Amino acid sequence: MRTGDAVAEVVRAEGTRVLATLVRVTGSVQLAEDATQDAVVRALETWPRTGVPDNPRGWLLVTARHRALDVLRREARRAGKEAAAMLPADPVPEPPETIRDDLLRLVFTCCHPALATSAQVALALRTLGGLSTAEVARALLVPEATMAKRLTRAKQKIAQAHIPYRVPPAEELPARLAGVAATVYLIFNAGYAADDGPELVRAPLTAEALRLARLLVELMPDEPTALGLLALLLLQDSRRAARTDGAGRPVLLPEQDRSRWDADAIAEGVTLVGTALRRTPDRPEQYVVQAAIAACHALAPTYDETDWGAVISWYDVLLTVRDTPVVRLNRAAAVAERDGPAAGLVLVDGIAGLTGYPWWHATRAELLHRAGDAAAARAAYERALSCGLSRPAADHLRRRLAALPRA
Amino acid sequence: MPAYIALIYSRDVDWTKPEYGADMKEYSEFGEAAAAVIRGGNVLYPTATATTVRVTGGKGGDLVTTDGPYAETKEALTGFYLLECADLDEAVKVASTIPAAWDGAVEVRPVIEF
Repeated sequence: MRTGDAVAEVVRAEGTRVLATLVRVTGSVQLAEDATQDAVVRALETWPRTGVPDNPRGWLLVTARHRALDVLRREARRAGKEAAAMLPADPVPEPPETIRDDLLRLVFTCCHPALATSAQVALALRTLGGLSTAEVARALLVPEATMAKRLTRAKQKIAQAHIPYRVPPAEELPARLAGVAATVYLIFNAGYAADDGPELVRAPLTAEALRLARLLVELMPDEPTALGLLALLLLQDSRRAARTDGAGRPVLLPEQDRSRWDADAIAEGVTLVGTALRRTPDRPEQYVVQAAIAACHALAPTYDETDWGAVISWYDVLLTVRDTPVVRLNRAAAVAERDGPAAGLVLVDGIAGLTGYPWWHATRAELLHRAGDAAAARAAYERALSCGLSRPAADHLRRRLAALPRA
Repeated sequence: MPAYIALIYSRDVDWTKPEYGADMKEYSEFGEAAAAVIRGGNVLYPTATATTVRVTGGKGGDLVTTDGPYAETKEALTGFYLLECADLDEAVKVASTIPAAWDGAVEVRPVIEF
């Protein structure tokens, strides 16, 4: 890592913490963000020359507080009022618990259910991830002006509707944490599937999601949802290098070169699954269970040696907490691997509500092909292609279609 | 303390009719339970009684009245409460106990404080 990169990494990690504290002190996300941004720019200018100070967070916090105080003084002068006395120029260092709580408050405010999902995703990347508005816009494939407007509107709603800056009380925590996890998972999937983009994997978004999931585990090391989410992301991301071939074409699980899977990520993910499972003996947690399924795949030496019985059992557990057509589809595909295409087809055909979902048709096509019904497989592939897919995924299905025996 | 208005969208009916007595009772129960934060509120007659007022050509221009509500929606604005709450979480919690929350919808909006 170059010196500049190391400085940038420190600035980014500490900047998020400084922002979290300043939001609490100033009561304004916008003001805190402007002031922190200013301090971050100064640090990036100064530190590569002078070296990183002994207490980088303290440096950033003092600089950002000064900046916030300047802004408040200027606004007060304009309004003919006394400057707010709430920002001591020389703050006492924040104890670690306070910083942790400030970050948690920021997490729950950015992912507040009163904000639209798209706004939660943007805010999480901007404030928790420390990306610039331009970077967030690029990552989400949205014009910068649109993203700037979306972020401004979200921050206005937080201020005007008085969305509280606090960690939810214990009785609300599970539901709110599920919301936070859903937002992070959405960011990951936007990077992983990239169905609306030309590339199959948008690495910056998956990296950002992993970073956020790590932050959640750091902040809530005993919460199974946080542990399960990080495990799931690590295990899915461990396959990244094997998911595309040299030409950027998707390679599905059965054909992936497992030697290209990230062994470190798998080891960490599997350990986290174990820890999380021990913490959820009474009620299964959906991310933990999904991570357990991913672990079954990650630990299989080859596709054919996958323990399909275990995979199916985990899907049965998942259905008890998350019964969706897509989960049923994935379970059906696992049943087809264990019991043959006919058994899988019966289950796939029994799932209602997926006729607009390309992978339902693609799964049917694959199973029909394996069952020897090329004509029906052809029709199903064509239906899948008509549902709209990313270019690489569509190309993949076209190749499968072309490989079918002629009627 | 921030103020919020809870706009009630529900069935467009005449709530004074005796057949809605049970519904009205639910509302008065809510009113008692949330008395600490309720600063005002009323039930409205159905949208059939609404008159929409416009003045064309700027201030002092011609008065145009139309029979009916400003916006035709499946569920109509049928009442409101003015709430004083610590923050949006509290306002949402209170709004979730207004009977329309399970028999229609409640829109919570912050009130501008001058």
